[in-house]
Amino acid sequence: MTKLSLAEVEHIAHLARLGLTPAEKEMFREQLSSILEYARRLQQLDTSDVPPTTSALPLSNVMRPDGVGPSLPKAEALANAPDVEADQFRVRAILPSHNAGDTG
Amino acid sequence: MDHELCFLTIHEALQRLERRDLSAVELTRAVLDQIGALDDRLHAYLRLLPEAAMAQAEAADRRRAAGEAGPLEGIPLAIKDVICTRGVPTTCGSRMLENFVPPYDATAVARLRAAGAILLGKTNTDEFTMGSSTEYSAFFTTANPWDLERVPGGSSGGSAAAVAAGMALGALGSDTGGSVRQPASLCGVVGLKPTYGRVSRYGLVAHGSSLDQIGPLTRDVEDAAILLRCIAGHDPLDSTSLDYPVPDYAAELKAVSDLRGLRVGVPREYFIEGIEPGVEQAVRAALQVLADLGAELREVSLPHTAYGIPIYYLVATAEASSNLARYDGVRYGLRVEHPDMWQTYFETRRAGFGPEVKRRIMLGTYALSAGYYDAYYLKAQQARTLLRRDFERAWQQVDVLACPTSPSVAFKMGQKMDDPLQMYLSDVFTVSLNLVGMCGISVPCGFCNGLPVGLQLMGPALGETTILRVAYAYQQATAWHIQRPGLAA
Repeated sequence: MTKLSLAEVEHIAHLARLGLTPAEKEMFREQLSSILEYARRLQQLDTSDVPPTTSALPLSNVMRPDGVGPSLPKAEALANAPDVEADQFRVRAILPSHNAGDTG
Repeated sequence: MDHELCFLTIHEALQRLERRDLSAVELTRAVLDQIGALDDRLHAYLRLLPEAAMAQAEAADRRRAAGEAGPLEGIPLAIKDVICTRGVPTTCGSRMLENFVPPYDATAVARLRAAGAILLGKTNTDEFTMGSSTEYSAFFTTANPWDLERVPGGSSGGSAAAVAAGMALGALGSDTGGSVRQPASLCGVVGLKPTYGRVSRYGLVAHGSSLDQIGPLTRDVEDAAILLRCIAGHDPLDSTSLDYPVPDYAAELKAVSDLRGLRVGVPREYFIEGIEPGVEQAVRAALQVLADLGAELREVSLPHTAYGIPIYYLVATAEASSNLARYDGVRYGLRVEHPDMWQTYFETRRAGFGPEVKRRIMLGTYALSAGYYDAYYLKAQQARTLLRRDFERAWQQVDVLACPTSPSVAFKMGQKMDDPLQMYLSDVFTVSLNLVGMCGISVPCGFCNGLPVGLQLMGPALGETTILRVAYAYQQATAWHIQRPGLAA
């Protein structure tokens, strides 16, 4: 069995924006390796001319008229937010700011 | 007297409510009393709504008196806590959504309310429905009413335990890989997974969007038919909901009195080594009952069955890793503050998700990541086509497929917690149906060491009427579904 490296586990955790403890990284390294090993049995199947199934339904591009309808009132849409300011979701700055202390 | 009320089926209760031989207030109080007596041992409910339920019951009695009763007027039901309820916290069994209060009802809930149903509370689930035992709920594990040291199955284990113990007349669950059928089997109740698209997913918190369906858990087949009729149908708010007429399933049940002319397929790959002998015995005996009712049994083959688990755990985790990206601490749910915005994501998701959810996000992210997409995700989607072709070939020979719902009866708490792969393998007989989008039902068919066994009947897309008819005929000929667990009897 080829085991995932610690670097691979950290890369995947980064892509998924998941904070993991060193113990969790080691646990997932073991567990994901054995689950992926099990999943490798799919390689036994010849799928060279088989199209993928992404949905069980024969539906595609379901459209509706582009009309104006009722929507959630602003207060309700914001009611579950961890932090709100001026009717908007408030988050930390994502770009470096010249104004020290500005976290808006 | 009151004790008998909480074990009424929905159709019996509706008849008595209609005759004014019972009021919604009496019925709801009896069920709430049963919850009060048992739920500190069973832990089926994450949240109870006793005051709201009694107020709804009074309103239901008033509407009935005024001649305005809906089809479920006064029937107390439980809702799995991954289905949104306006103004009532919907946690998904997760710390991430511990304080989340949906501003709208799921379409299925809105339809139940419009039909006059009473909402008793929200039932326990594995976190974001990821599990087969409720042990992955962030809050507590639900106990199986037949043996308190065993799991009720999952992820809709709270709903199944509530229905089995008389703590709801029926319930909604959700089924992504067996999460309605498997707990129904392990708790000795009926659980139906509708065809993909039959029931709107609007307001069902997403796990695997090409697999998820809401379905009813009930004490008999007629009740499943009644609830399905109420929640099924096209919904403009779910672009994958099917626009086909909804039959009166309960009336269709009684249109045939035996199973003559019906072809029941017995897939040989579902009677494999590793299945508990008592489970196989009970299911084989159930097949004989179907034959005695006039059905013709035919052995069939679904040759790609053994690939169902690896396909499922790549497709479902890939979809989940994408769906759960929304929990970023910005618009709703938990936020763990950090001076750096990017670190806020990492810390929020570290604190908000439990181990199984993290494991699946990791697995799904891996399967979708550059360099592995073709070998895992694409390969699984191609194998999914082969699985679908297995079923399509089977429908040329038979009308329904019959097999066990689960390879074992309810297992002991803790037994599979250290080995995720063992937990995944307990879904071996249920995941294929979600991957091919068809319908299935689990009905009680016996006991093994005092624990319930479920018979699974699978049907083609929109084949609900057929599987319900077969299940109904089976229940008319047997008495497994009226057995009650000792603690609730």
